[in-house]
Amino acid sequence: MTAEQLPIEVKGLTMKYGPLVVMQDLSFQVRAGEIFVIMGGSGSGKSTLLKHLIGLKKPAAGVILFDGEDFGEADEKARKAILRRMGVLYQNGALWSGMTLAENVALPLEEYTSLDAEAIEEVVALKLALVGLRGFEEFYPSEISGGMRKRAALARATAVDPEVLFFDEPSSGLDPITASRLDDLILQLRASFGTTIVVVSHDLASIFKIADRALFLDIEGKTMTALGKPSELRDDPPTPEVRRFLTRSSGDDAPVPDPERMRVPLP
Amino acid sequence: MRIELAQQGDTLTAELSGDWESGLPVPRFERLLDDRAPGHPVRVIDFEASGLGAWDSSLLTFLMQAMTYCEAHDLEFRDESLPEDIARLLQLSRVVPEKEIDREEPEASPVARFGKRVLVAHAGIMAAVTFTGEVADGFLRLVLRRVRVRWRDLWVVVQANTSGALPIVTLIAFLIGVIISFLGAVVLRRFGAGYYVSYLVGYGMLREMGALMTGIIMAGRTGAGFAAELGSMKITEEIDAYRTLGISPVDHLVLPRMLGLFVAMPLLTIYADFIGIMGGMIVALALLDLSAAQFTGGLLMAVTLGDGLLGLFKGTVYGLIIGLAGCMKGMQAGADAGAVGRAATSAVVMGITLIVAANAVIDWLAVLVGV
Repeated sequence: MTAEQLPIEVKGLTMKYGPLVVMQDLSFQVRAGEIFVIMGGSGSGKSTLLKHLIGLKKPAAGVILFDGEDFGEADEKARKAILRRMGVLYQNGALWSGMTLAENVALPLEEYTSLDAEAIEEVVALKLALVGLRGFEEFYPSEISGGMRKRAALARATAVDPEVLFFDEPSSGLDPITASRLDDLILQLRASFGTTIVVVSHDLASIFKIADRALFLDIEGKTMTALGKPSELRDDPPTPEVRRFLTRSSGDDAPVPDPERMRVPLP
Repeated sequence: MRIELAQQGDTLTAELSGDWESGLPVPRFERLLDDRAPGHPVRVIDFEASGLGAWDSSLLTFLMQAMTYCEAHDLEFRDESLPEDIARLLQLSRVVPEKEIDREEPEASPVARFGKRVLVAHAGIMAAVTFTGEVADGFLRLVLRRVRVRWRDLWVVVQANTSGALPIVTLIAFLIGVIISFLGAVVLRRFGAGYYVSYLVGYGMLREMGALMTGIIMAGRTGAGFAAELGSMKITEEIDAYRTLGISPVDHLVLPRMLGLFVAMPLLTIYADFIGIMGGMIVALALLDLSAAQFTGGLLMAVTLGDGLLGLFKGTVYGLIIGLAGCMKGMQAGADAGAVGRAATSAVVMGITLIVAANAVIDWLAVLVGV
């Protein structure tokens, strides 16, 4: 994949839950090799957008192009080819609880490669070692901690060396140190493999640390209101909501505890 | 907890004093106003709290009540004389304006409600047909060797549904045999045909009760288990993880389970038949003047291999029904803990209903074919 190619292009996307519009008029592009963060308040539809990008939900309107191909319209074979090129790290790992870590990582390899059992075992050992889980092959997901589960899930997501990796709230449920290590791992992945990375997050520290560009979803307007480098967005915010989000302020210019507001005017 | 009201012009002063603590009944603000003797109309309500003792949320509840009342009746609510921390908490509760969220659906006409039900039923049927089709397609690809089933998954299901289910199947099948034999002994003895009790037990267990009871037990045991298992996998996004890796959850989760039941159910049916006949024999020997040889002799003379095979066939069909209902309800489960419970319940209901319906259809076909 060359630098000019756009791994993901979203045009005029509208997302709905039943009759309820979650977000509308989303148009953006993710460039090859960048770390792209989707940010926004709780309930703004970040995770829903991710579900659209990875094909779990179909757009109510608009298109999502993956390397020029319409994901929504793709047939079974084309879909599988697209899915082969992406990896997803779910919020809580979503490791298959009935399988050991080694089996979890091995399954995509068995599905997509023609490696024999021994070669698969070696790749699995390598992938687990890369996320700091050497020797945990025979553990079940329920036997390890939340942070380890996320790392194991990362090993599974990167098993077949995807070109694009999606992270759903990577730092949720992790302590600051573990979360920061996971950020380092994300940066390392991009540096070593040139992987394009899309992250859904509302963790400011992580956003400033890893994001090349960030997209802001505004709950009130039900659409995107900012796209750019987080530090630039903070210094020159396009909307007050973006500034409040990036400076972590509860808002001192809109709804304020104002005694006047509580007074019912005399007739 | 005391409130004293004093009016001066159009200003009503409410003097709060004493301890306001949770657990004591909070006075209703409008009741206080109503109790007052009629006089000059009030425009302003001023709260004073110079004699206030300890206070907690119960005081705030009262003041919120008062504030809402004032808003509704165009009165001025004055809190300058309240302690600052109370006034601040009251302000905080008003920072975010109350949202008008209309969650109640407007009352629909009977026609609209009927139409909605039809649409829901239609969607449900379509989902069931689609799922059955996906499973059938999976089986076809399995036969054509285009899907690999992980033998360990299959083995786990077979094990859980054979040796794991033996105690309960033994108990129920034995008791069913006892019941049939008991009924037969009582009724047939009147006609001096007690000898034929073995015929009744054998015919009943092999053709009907062995498979039926095993099916009902397994629907409750395994069908509910499948639904709950797959339903929770849906909540933990494990099923999404299959999808986004391009791996069919049907191939990986549903096929091994259905295949496992496909293997286990006929085995369990044979076992249940055997245990049921044993139970029947024990009752027959105890109640009737029969020997074991006479019982088995009568049994072997009366029942045919066809009876046994029909029972086996039924057991296999029930196994597929249980697997399909359980997996389908699990895969269609919603995303909360209650949904998993509902999925398990409806898997059992659907499984048992379909089993009884299938039993009737198979019996009818058996009569037509002459088995």
